[in-house]
Order: sequence, then structure tokens, then C-alpha cells
Amino acid sequence: MKKIINNPEYVVEEMLEGMVRAFPQYVRKLEGYNVIVRADAPVKGKVALVSGGGSGHEPSHAGYVGKGMLDAGVAGAVFTSPTPDQIFEAIKAVDGGAGVLLVIKNYTGDVMNFEMAADMARAEGIEVESVIVNDDVAVENSTYTVGRRGIAGTVFVHKIAGAKAQAGGTLEEVKAVAEKVIKNVRSMGMALTPCIVPAAGKPTFTIGDDEMEIGMGIHGEPGTMRTKLMKADEVVDHLMSKILADLPLESGDEVAVMINGLGGTPLMELFIMNKKVGQILDGKGIKVFRTYVGEFMTSLEMAGASVTLLKLDDELKSLLSAPADTPAFKQL
Amino acid sequence: MAVDSIKLIDIIKAIADKINEKREYLTQLDSAIGDADHGINMSKGFKAVVEKITNMGDKDCGTILKTVGMTLVSTVGGASGPLYGTAFMKAGQAVAGKVNLDFNDLISVCEAALEGIKYRGKAEKGEKTIVDALEPAVEALRKHRSEGLKTALQEAVKAAKKGMEYTKNIIAKKGRASYLGERSLGHQDPGATSCYIMLETLADQLLDKKS
Repeated sequence: MKKIINNPEYVVEEMLEGMVRAFPQYVRKLEGYNVIVRADAPVKGKVALVSGGGSGHEPSHAGYVGKGMLDAGVAGAVFTSPTPDQIFEAIKAVDGGAGVLLVIKNYTGDVMNFEMAADMARAEGIEVESVIVNDDVAVENSTYTVGRRGIAGTVFVHKIAGAKAQAGGTLEEVKAVAEKVIKNVRSMGMALTPCIVPAAGKPTFTIGDDEMEIGMGIHGEPGTMRTKLMKADEVVDHLMSKILADLPLESGDEVAVMINGLGGTPLMELFIMNKKVGQILDGKGIKVFRTYVGEFMTSLEMAGASVTLLKLDDELKSLLSAPADTPAFKQL
Repeated sequence: MAVDSIKLIDIIKAIADKINEKREYLTQLDSAIGDADHGINMSKGFKAVVEKITNMGDKDCGTILKTVGMTLVSTVGGASGPLYGTAFMKAGQAVAGKVNLDFNDLISVCEAALEGIKYRGKAEKGEKTIVDALEPAVEALRKHRSEGLKTALQEAVKAAKKGMEYTKNIIAKKGRASYLGERSLGHQDPGATSCYIMLETLADQLLDKKS
């Protein structure tokens, strides 16, 4: 294992300390907890958004804490859901009296821990609602699974629900718009290399030099199909066909596009992928309203990427375009 | 049989040692169908548990078990934290206030733990989870109750082992492994395995075998 770390046990704490030192104008850390909150939390009268999950997906989620997005990001151990007590502290720290929305990625552990925390907060009289993001079309949504996973599309939920809360939306309204994003967002990823969880010290899986894994999750979980290396255009064709099969789009529809690097992929390759995504959408008469290319939801040093499409209406367009000012997502 | 608070703490410490010893093995099982952290997180959780309960010899068994549960919930994370945490908390509620546990209490503890896990995880037997080891064990305890502690415990451990091994032959329907569908076949469930390890250690401790 080759990593710039001190001790695998303290990677999360040390990362968060470094983050707070870099962005003191945006965020602070709750004493004794791996929780990052807005520097000015709680914001009185505003619905607060809390998200979180295992670490290793930076800048998710703490990087999106700031004006127009999240109020708190809760950081679990690498690839491990945070614990209910941590999430509960986050809820208490950001509740400004208008209620708290939890944005949860659909993983068994995350859902259980956030639900336990929501119960604890409600017992203290804090109004808490939650939404579960499940944008990954690689995993079939059948009775045989716990449902689709939440991946990069989650960042669109942060952005849009965050804008609604910033604009003074009620908890009910913020939750409704978050649900609308979830209903209209689809993603799918692929990977060329595994990643190494610091505490494990070994790659999460093995893959040949000439192979790629399609449908890879963001935790190094094996994907759904392993193939010989394909050209970028073929990879994008494959991902887009799965996404478009699940998200019916017609000529004239508008979408937001996110090309998300998993941590070890050069921007050059992400832009090459975006070229093909744009061409496919052009060919179908689908208009791209905004495009985001970069690292939004990573998987440590994994080489690979995901494509996300969000179908937009006027409300989503206006909220997506609203300003946001956070360490990892800035929009004028 | 009578387990007082001191003995209960010893049993939990023995479980912690065993989990720590099997840390790499559990993580390896998890890397095949999950996210390669089960051994790491369980061992971290039980390390914290031992620190918390070492000086609780003057507390009742229910309080000790509840403390184990709360500590696991706040240190393990993932799915295992809430699952095992809820199991121990429910077990503690089942014997609240008791300073000595007899054989029937032990069965109540195991029943409550099973109920807690099924509630939190919304899982049933046959879904490749902890339940596949724990439920057969609880059934065996009930079935062999009249034959006494030794037989009942031995049968429970046997049933748990069989259940754990059976997870190799079934498709995961809960947790991250469920995303793999048929690719989860052939792999033993890490949660069922850690549950078996706990039950086996419990039996070894109660039957005075060196674990």
C-alpha cells in the first residue's frame, strides 16, 4: 500500500482537521465528532440539510457544506456508515428551528444508522425528515436486492434541495423537491482499477491489466459485468444506454450532466467521456442545460468514472442555477 | 448454571478476543461480497466494548448488555453496528435488573437478540445474513431446552455452524452483497460468520472449554 497517511486509524480525523484548516470561512468541526458543519450553523429559520456516509468519497459530503447546499456532513470510517450518535450530534448542531432533512444514500448501513439518529432527534422534539437517493442503474431494483445504490446523483440532491432551503422553503417543500430530483436522476459507473481501504491495506478486488468493471459501485464493491478494455466512446455508449433505458427522455427535454471521476482518473479522460455523452444527447435532441465535469463522489484512488443525467423542469432548472458557495462546489 | 456480572464480562471479553483473532478472516470474507471491513469494524467495536465494561462488575447483567449494545452502535458503523448493537440492547432489556442469569435467561437473551436483529435489518432466514446463523441456534436452544444446558448449547452451536455454512449456497438479499445477485453464491456471509464465532465462544465459556 502506497499512501500519504500517518496511521490508517486516524485518516478521517486528520483529513477533517486539514479541511477545516483550509476552509475556516466555510466550515467547522464538532468537537469530539467527525462532523463538519457550516461555520455559521445553526442558521435560524432555515431548513437544515444533513448528509453523510462512509469517508473515501471526498469531496462528498463535507465538501458540500456551505451556503446553498448542506448544513452538515457526517463522516464515517472509510466506506463505513457513520454512527447514529454522530448523525444525532450533527442534527442538533444545525437545527435552526425549521426542521432537518437527512439525505441518505441507499446502503443498508447508512439507512439503518440515519434512521436510528432520526428517531433519537425526534425523541428530543426536532422535526426530521429523510430522503433516500438511489440513482445507480447498474443495480437492478428487484425484490432480490435492497434496491439501487446512491452514487454521484446525490450531489444534485444536495444542490437543489439546498437551494430550496436557502430560498426559505419549508421542510415539506425541501423534501418534496429532493424527492423530485431522486425521481429524475440516474447514474452509472465503471472502473479500471480497484482502490485500497487504508485499514485493510489491500486492493478491494483484483482486475486484469486489460480489463474493466462495468457497474462498479463507489465502495469497491464488484460491479455487474467484467469486460476487456473498451474505447471511451464504447464505454459511454454502454453507460448511457442503461441510463436512458431507465430515464425516459424525449426530444426537447432538458438535462443536467455530471461526469464524475472516481479519484484516479485524469480530467482529460472525463472530458473525452463528456464529448461522447454530449454527442449522444445531441443525436436525440435532448438539450444539455448544465454540465459538471470533475470529482464529486470519489472512491479513494480508484480509476474510473460515472455518468449522471438529471431530467429538469423549470423548478429544478432554477434551483440548480441558484448560487452555491461551499469548499467543493461554487457557483455564481 | 449461573452467570453473574463478573462472568458475563469475562464472556464478552472472550468474544472480543476471538473477534480480534478472526479479524483478518472476517475482513477477507467481506472483501469477496461486501466492502472488506467487517473484521476491522467489529474488532474496533469490541475493543471499545471491553474498555467500557471492564469495571462494570457491580452492575446488573441487563445494564452490561445494554452498554455493549450502545457501544457497538456508536463505534462499529456500517450495517453491523446497528444490527449487533440493537441485538445486545434488546438482550439487555430482556434481563433488565438481573444480577444472575440462569439457563432460561440465556435463552431469553438469545431470543431477544434475534428479534432485535430481525427488526433492525428487516431480515428473514435465507437472505444470507446474521439471521441464518442466529435463528437456527435459537431454535435449537428452545428445542433442546429440556435436555439441559450442555446439550442445548452444543446443539445451538452446531445449528449455527450449519446455518453459517449454508450461506454459501444462497443468494444474498440484504446488504451490499445483494447487489451481486448470483455472484454472491459460493461465498460465506461474514455476518453469519461473526455471529457463529460469538455463539461458539459463548458456549466454550459456559462449558468451561478453552476457546
